[in-house]
Parts: sequence; C-alpha cells; structure tokens
Amino acid sequence: MARHEVLCPLPGTFYRKPAPDAEPFVKEGDTVKAGDTIGLVEVMKQFAEVQADAAGKVMRFLVDNEGTVEPGQPLLTLETA
Amino acid sequence: MVGRFKRLLVANRGEIAVRIIRAARELGLETVAVHSDADRDSLAVRMADVVVHIGPPQAAKSYLNIDALIKAALDSGAQAVHPGYGFLSENAKFAEAVERAGLIFVGPTPEAIRSMGNKSLARATAANAGVPTVPGSDGIVESVEEAAAAAARIGYPIMIKASAGGGGRGIRVAGDAEALGKQMSMAQTEAQSAFGDKSVYLERFIRRARHIEVQVLGDGRDVVHCFERECSLQRRRQKILEEAPSPTLSPATRERLCDSAVRLAKSVGYRGAGTLEYLYDDDTGEFFFIEMNTRIQVEHPITEMVTGIDLVREMIRVAQGHPLRLKQSEIAIRGAAIECRINAEDPDKNFLPSPGRVSEIVLPGGPGVRMDTMLYPGYTIPPYYDSLIGKLIVHAEDRPAAIARMRRALRELHVEGVKTTRSLHLALMDEPRFQTAQFDTNFLEGWLAAARPS
Repeated sequence: MARHEVLCPLPGTFYRKPAPDAEPFVKEGDTVKAGDTIGLVEVMKQFAEVQADAAGKVMRFLVDNEGTVEPGQPLLTLETA
Repeated sequence: MVGRFKRLLVANRGEIAVRIIRAARELGLETVAVHSDADRDSLAVRMADVVVHIGPPQAAKSYLNIDALIKAALDSGAQAVHPGYGFLSENAKFAEAVERAGLIFVGPTPEAIRSMGNKSLARATAANAGVPTVPGSDGIVESVEEAAAAAARIGYPIMIKASAGGGGRGIRVAGDAEALGKQMSMAQTEAQSAFGDKSVYLERFIRRARHIEVQVLGDGRDVVHCFERECSLQRRRQKILEEAPSPTLSPATRERLCDSAVRLAKSVGYRGAGTLEYLYDDDTGEFFFIEMNTRIQVEHPITEMVTGIDLVREMIRVAQGHPLRLKQSEIAIRGAAIECRINAEDPDKNFLPSPGRVSEIVLPGGPGVRMDTMLYPGYTIPPYYDSLIGKLIVHAEDRPAAIARMRRALRELHVEGVKTTRSLHLALMDEPRFQTAQFDTNFLEGWLAAARPS
C-alpha cells in the first residue's frame, strides 16, 4: 500500500461538488481512476476541473469545500495499490 | 464642495475602487476602502484614508456580504457608499440596507434598481416610454399554432428561446413557418431537459446585431445623455474592446437613440449614472432596448474622453444632493476614444486565467493616453476575482488617429510576471474589419477561432 497526494494545479477556490446542491464528485472511501474528476477550482471566475493523476482509494480530503487553494497544495490522499 | 457627506466608503475592489477614490479625492472627500484577506496589499487600500477588513477572499463572504459592508461604513464614520460595478452594485436589497442604516447610496433608488433590473418589467417600462424593444411574442407560446400566429406578426427569421435559458443557451432559429413548426416541439423538449422548464417564447432574430449603449446621468428629476458607446467586440458575452462614438450610427439615428434613452430614464426618475443597452440591427438601421445597467460601467472612460465629463465625479455630486450641472445642449462629442480591456489571461491558451505577481510594469503615456489600473510593481493579482487588471484608453481627433494611438500605446505597455490580453488587442488594431468597423457581436469569436484553429 502506498500513499499518493493529488496536488492542486491552480490557485483559487476549491469545490468538491459540481453545483452547490449536488453530490460531491468523490467521497472519502470511494475508488477513483486516473483522470477522474475529483473537484473544481474557480480561478478568476472560470472553473477548471481537477483530475486524479493516479488510481486508488480516497483516504482523506485535505481541503474543505469552498476552501482557498494554492498551486501545488495537496487536495487529497489516495491509497494506491 | 458643500454636500450631505464628507466621507465615502467604496464597496468594491480593483481598478474601479481606485477610480472612485480618485474622483472622491478631487471633490475634497475622505475615502474608506474595504478589503478581503486577499486584497490587503491592493492599491485602493494603499490610497484610501481609512481601511476596513471585511472578510475572507471569497467574494460571497466579503464584497457580497451586505452586513459586513454596512458595519464597515458605520464603524468607519462613512456617510455614503459607492458600489462601483459588479458585486452589489445592482442589488436593490443592498441599496435599501444602505439607506436603512442612514447612509447615502451613490446611485439610483432601490425602486429604480428593481424596476430596471427585472427584464420583463424593464421591457414594459420601455414600451410605456415609447422606446422600441426587440419584437417578440407576448410571453410564453405553448402550441405551434400560437407560435405561428405570433411569428407572422413579428417576422422571420425568428428565435425560439427557452424562458429558463440565458447567456445564449436554449436558443433555436427558424427561417420560416415550416421550420418553426418543426422546431417548436424540439425546442420545448430541449428546454425541459436542459432547464427543467419547457416554456419557450419567440423573439425577432437579428442576423447582424451590434451592441450599442447610451450613457445617461440623472438627478432624480432631470436626465441628460452623454451619447453612445459601441461594445460589439465581445467574447463569451464579455466586452473586450469598446469605442465612442459608434462608427456605424448616422447623426439622425444617434439623436433618436439617445433621445429614447433619456425618455426611458426620465420615466423612472433616474438618479446617478446609468447605461441603456440596445441591439442595433445593421441591416435595417433599427435599434431595440434590451436592458438598463443602473450603475457606473467598466467602459465609462471612453465617454469621459469624448465628452470631457467626469462621470464618477458627477454621480457623487448628485448623491451629495446637487442638481445636474450639465445641460444637454452643452454636451458634445469631440473626436474618438477606444478602450482595450487588459485582462490577466493568456490569449494563446484559450484565455486561461493568469493570476500572480507583477514583477515589472511600464505604463504607456503621452498625448491622449489614459490607463486605469490597480497594478503596481510587486503587486500580486489574486485568483479570486475578475481577470480585469487594467483599461487602456486613448482619445484622438478621429477614429483612424485613435487606432494609431492605441497601437502605439499598446506597444508601450509592458507587464512582466503574468500573461495579459495585450497581444490580442495589438492584432485587432491591424485587422482590416476592425479598422473599417465592419463587425457585429459575433465577429470577435469567429475572428479568434480563425486566427487560432484548435
């Protein structure tokens, strides 16, 4: 078992859901593939999708929904095979 | 200046906060800047007499937080609030909260914001004032028969628009009655699945539309216009470049257009600076009122350049309780002005936002050049807000001279550390269709797609 952190590519505001009243893209305990969308970053009123860059099980989100993020900041920890 | 207030709070950020502070200072007023965590080092904060922190970076928790702004005004001893543009500038509840707190709102009454902010109410108000609106169905059309009857009255080609749509989404165009018959049920089905509401209505389709808007100033009794701005160069419905006057209007059409704007603004007892937006049909020469912006606009400086009127100063004077000091007969257009919006975006990467630290900046200068910006060397542009970082404005004796001056000024502009839209504007200055003013609201996106095939 190895751990992998998915890093934020852009500065801005992080969203775990596609819309305020929608379900999160992924929850802790979910399994993701590389390329799966795990959240959105709002940067200067534009939205960019953040994708997992590895496959694994979501252990823990390290940023709250609507939290401010910096480039390179870890967003979540994956448990990879 | 004798007036009702001595200290003005600016409920905004960025270049417009700087612009308002400048106007207030020229009127001998003290200024209060508000800021989020992300704007501690902003130019407005550095310039203002008093500074109040209002919350975290996210606009919803700071610049859109009515309670925090009212508290900031009361705590700082401000007696008036200028909302700028965007954020709460067209929020009637905010204007009401300002007044309820015993403060002066630099802008129209909450009632005027409300009545002009509601599209269908604004359309009805326009019709009552004898101002043309885009011909359309009387509300929702349910059946093909009903649609055909309405379309026969409005004329083809016609747009079928989803009531719940917006921003260009949920629109179909039918060229004749047969196409309308085929498209109606498809449009309703699409509207249902896209917006959860199958209601559609009809509107005249204008093949070559220009976006032309009229600047007005009112004091609650009298209204004058400061002529028009041409804002057809847009990308994703965001204006990129504006100019004044419009290169397409005849003097007679200009007069009818501007008169209609004054009539409409007078009919609501308009107070402050406002803009009436119109669609102009380049094929027929008709103009149609779309909506009113009840605030100062981003592109106001081009009007200031061609009329010599300081719009922000005038709106503050009106808020002080002074009557308009301008007569319509004294307001004239001199020369031509162009504004290029400088955004922190990369035009070579599909306008990807480019926040970050500005390591170096050289601003253009010389005759007829104005740059409204909040940048300074070492400033870090935060990622949380609009990408507009400056407006380069030029004024010259005519349009060709203004284009030459803009090209020269753009070459002088130098911003290091972030990507900007400067190169896009430089390319536009050399584009024959811009130089000959042969464009409509669809031109810029097509031009960008052709220049950079994906």
